[in-house]
Amino acid sequence: MAVIDHDVELRRAGANVRGLGGALVHFVRRYPLGAIGALIMILFITTAIFADQITRYDPTSTNPRVSLAPPGEQHMLGADFMGRDVFSRIVYGARISLAVAIGATALGCLVGVTIGLLSGFFGGWVDLIVQRLIDIMQALPLLVMALIMAASLGPSLTNTIIAIAIPLVPNVARVIRSNTLALREMPFVEAARAVGMSEARIAVQHVLPNTLAPLIVLGTAQFGSAILVESALAFLGLGVPEPHPSWGRMLSESAAEYVRTAPWLVIFPGIAISLVVFGTNLLGDAIRDILDPRQRI
Amino acid sequence: MGAYLIRRLLLMVVTLFGMSVLIFVMLRLVPGNITDIIFDSAGFVNPAAKKKIERQLGLDQPIVTQYVSWISGLARGDLGYAYVSEKPAIEEILPRIPVTAKLAVLALIFSVLFGVPLGVMSAVRQNTALDYVLRVVSLSGLSLPSFWLGLLILMAFVHWFGWIPIYKSNTGSFWHDLALLSIPAAAVGFRSSALVMRLTRSSMLEVMRQDYIRTARAKGASEPAVNYDHALRNAVLPVVTIIGIEAAFLIGGLIVTETVFNIPGVARFLVEAIRWRDYPIVQNLVMFIAIVVVVTNFIVDMLYVVLDPRIKYEE
Repeated sequence: MAVIDHDVELRRAGANVRGLGGALVHFVRRYPLGAIGALIMILFITTAIFADQITRYDPTSTNPRVSLAPPGEQHMLGADFMGRDVFSRIVYGARISLAVAIGATALGCLVGVTIGLLSGFFGGWVDLIVQRLIDIMQALPLLVMALIMAASLGPSLTNTIIAIAIPLVPNVARVIRSNTLALREMPFVEAARAVGMSEARIAVQHVLPNTLAPLIVLGTAQFGSAILVESALAFLGLGVPEPHPSWGRMLSESAAEYVRTAPWLVIFPGIAISLVVFGTNLLGDAIRDILDPRQRI
Repeated sequence: MGAYLIRRLLLMVVTLFGMSVLIFVMLRLVPGNITDIIFDSAGFVNPAAKKKIERQLGLDQPIVTQYVSWISGLARGDLGYAYVSEKPAIEEILPRIPVTAKLAVLALIFSVLFGVPLGVMSAVRQNTALDYVLRVVSLSGLSLPSFWLGLLILMAFVHWFGWIPIYKSNTGSFWHDLALLSIPAAAVGFRSSALVMRLTRSSMLEVMRQDYIRTARAKGASEPAVNYDHALRNAVLPVVTIIGIEAAFLIGGLIVTETVFNIPGVARFLVEAIRWRDYPIVQNLVMFIAIVVVVTNFIVDMLYVVLDPRIKYEE
């Protein structure tokens, strides 16, 4: 058996962490990969917010003279067929990705939590119907579901968000339901009932807050897949319509052709998508380790 | 077990029935059908001609009548006619299935071949440099969009060999087919192998903490015997689940990959049919995918009983 250095172990476990600064330093030391993920996310969000200040060109203005210009002084990451600046389009594309990811995750979690809580806490016929609905929705792969949703709702930013949010619902609902089922039997629920609290109030005030940890873990994972699904929809031509610059659509416009002639049009938007999703996943792993140490995937 | 099986099969039927209603309603949620698309692109609308086509396709019927005629056809094995090609839908769908199936099987083989051994390696050497590298690689596998990975592969081929591996049907040679398909299969399989690897790793770590592993070590079993005979055999159960789910869900990744590599499979065909609002194709293909998913889930649950004798389904 190895000798245990108690000071080292205590520090590792985060004992004597003081203040926000201390917590931050502890997080970076304990979860270096998570910290990198957080950094990528901060970079992503700042880019989306300050897109106007970062770019020199309007992402939608065309200029036939620089059509397919390779990366250089004028256009850092080159220009596309219509002479639009690739760097500007990627920076503004961050806004679309962020909007879709936040919107779809929030909507998916909101609906999923409501359904999961109702069916887990109240059970009975509500639960039966909800479970069958979840079965049905999970009989199709996420992207196929999103594709059909997107196609039947029609192209717009809001519809893309809805099309991605709905396939995320069953997953959230299932996790919240199983958590609620366990929480329902807890002594504190019984205590609340004993003091005469209404069932609805118990569900919202006592059960709901306790499902927060798994919800955060799930939400981070959904955030990443929302970005991936958005890019796939856009790539297939069923995502957010023009004039919004979307990373996925930048890759769809005859990308297979540009692989030969203008590789910068293929490389940079892909790096943007991968980097952001990678950041989400790194951060998500760290969050899961903190909130749910038993479940490490 | 018998009662459980009957219950399961009934639930499968309910799920598939629900799916048929869902897809049918969803496709008709928004006004506009194939006639609108045709006439939009023609630019000139002759209402009489439009009505005539709608009548021919049965689109003027009430929605319930349309649904009943679709389902009763389905029960008789008649999938109707594709709107775009005007050929029987079954003739459009069936020939495209083998290509997609081959791709899916190859991708799955790829994911197990890499995912399981690397996951075990990562778990056995937990917190070493190797473990960190493998974890970052697997996480990147979950982060790269598979269509982009496909495009990068195409780019690498152009750069190094000067040509693009384009799929041709009926090359005549089994090995030639295999080589051409394994490239897109790797692009799809990378993601699944990352998933399999992460799950194998966490499942192994969980098992390696158990008492019987310590016992095995204490009685002097060799390190490989402990890792493979004792740990991996117990850790493999959740991995089987994820492989089963991935098998059914590969179709999502295949949609974009078939598009990138220009492969004439069902996955790409589905997207084309959705664009054209070719209802008979979309409805039947979606039902086909749902059946594959539901049956795969069922098989995975049954495999559980075989792999872990402790699990019994009774109610």
